[in-house]
Amino acid sequence: MILQTRYFGEIDVREDEILNFRNGLPGFDDIKKYVLIYNEEEGSPFKWLQGVEGTKPAFVIIDPFAVKKDYEINLNDEVIKELDIKEAGEVAVYCIVVVPDDISKMTMNLQAPLIINIDKKLGRQLILDTDRYGVRHFILEELQGREESGNACTDKEKGSVHHNK
Amino acid sequence: MLVLTRKKDQSIIINDNIEITILEVQGDQVRIGINAPKNISIHRKEVFLQIAEENKKASEVNIKLDLNNILKNNK
Repeated sequence: MILQTRYFGEIDVREDEILNFRNGLPGFDDIKKYVLIYNEEEGSPFKWLQGVEGTKPAFVIIDPFAVKKDYEINLNDEVIKELDIKEAGEVAVYCIVVVPDDISKMTMNLQAPLIINIDKKLGRQLILDTDRYGVRHFILEELQGREESGNACTDKEKGSVHHNK
Repeated sequence: MLVLTRKKDQSIIINDNIEITILEVQGDQVRIGINAPKNISIHRKEVFLQIAEENKKASEVNIKLDLNNILKNNK
C-alpha cells in the first residue's frame, strides 16, 4: 500500500512490515499500526517509527544501547506473553527521541522504551517502574560522558543522567 | 465519574479481579493498595502523562534533521 507521509513523501508499505502496537502509544492511543523506517546511513543508531493510520505521526527513535551501554530493562512474563517473545533474538529495543530546535539538546526517553518483536510484528511502549531512568536523557552528554570515562568503570556517571523530576 | 466513600481498610472491587484498598489516610495523603492481575498495567497518572507529553513533543519534529552528522561532529 502507498502511504503519504509528512517527512518521507510517498512510501510503499507492505502489509507484512506493519507493527501492531495493541495499546497504541501514550498520547497516541488510537494509532496502533506503525512501520520502521531505516536510516540510509549504515551504522546509524537512528531510525524512524512511522504511524500508518490516523494522523500518521512519525518519531525519531534510537538504539539506546548505542548511547548507554549499561542500559537495562527487565521484561516481565506478561510483556513476554503479550509480545509472544520466544527468544531474545526477536526483540528490538528503541527509545523515542525528542529533537528540539537546538539539535545538540536532543533527548531520549529511557523510562518508556519501545519493545518490538521484530519477527511477530508486535510492539509496546513499556513504562519502566524505576527511578533509574527518566524521560529526558541528553544523548550527546551521555555519549561524551562515556568517552571521558573511557573504558574504566567509574562509580557513577555523574551528571550524565537527567531525571525530569 | 462514579464516586464512592470508603473508610480505612475498606475496598472496592472492579471487574471481579481488581481490588483497591484504602490502607491509610493522613491529612491529604492516602495510601492505596491494589491487587490486580499482572497484565493490568498500573502507573501513577503523572508518569503516564509525562510520557504522553514526551511522545507528543517527539512527534513534532518538523524538519529532516541531519542527526547522523551531529553524532559524528561530537565524536
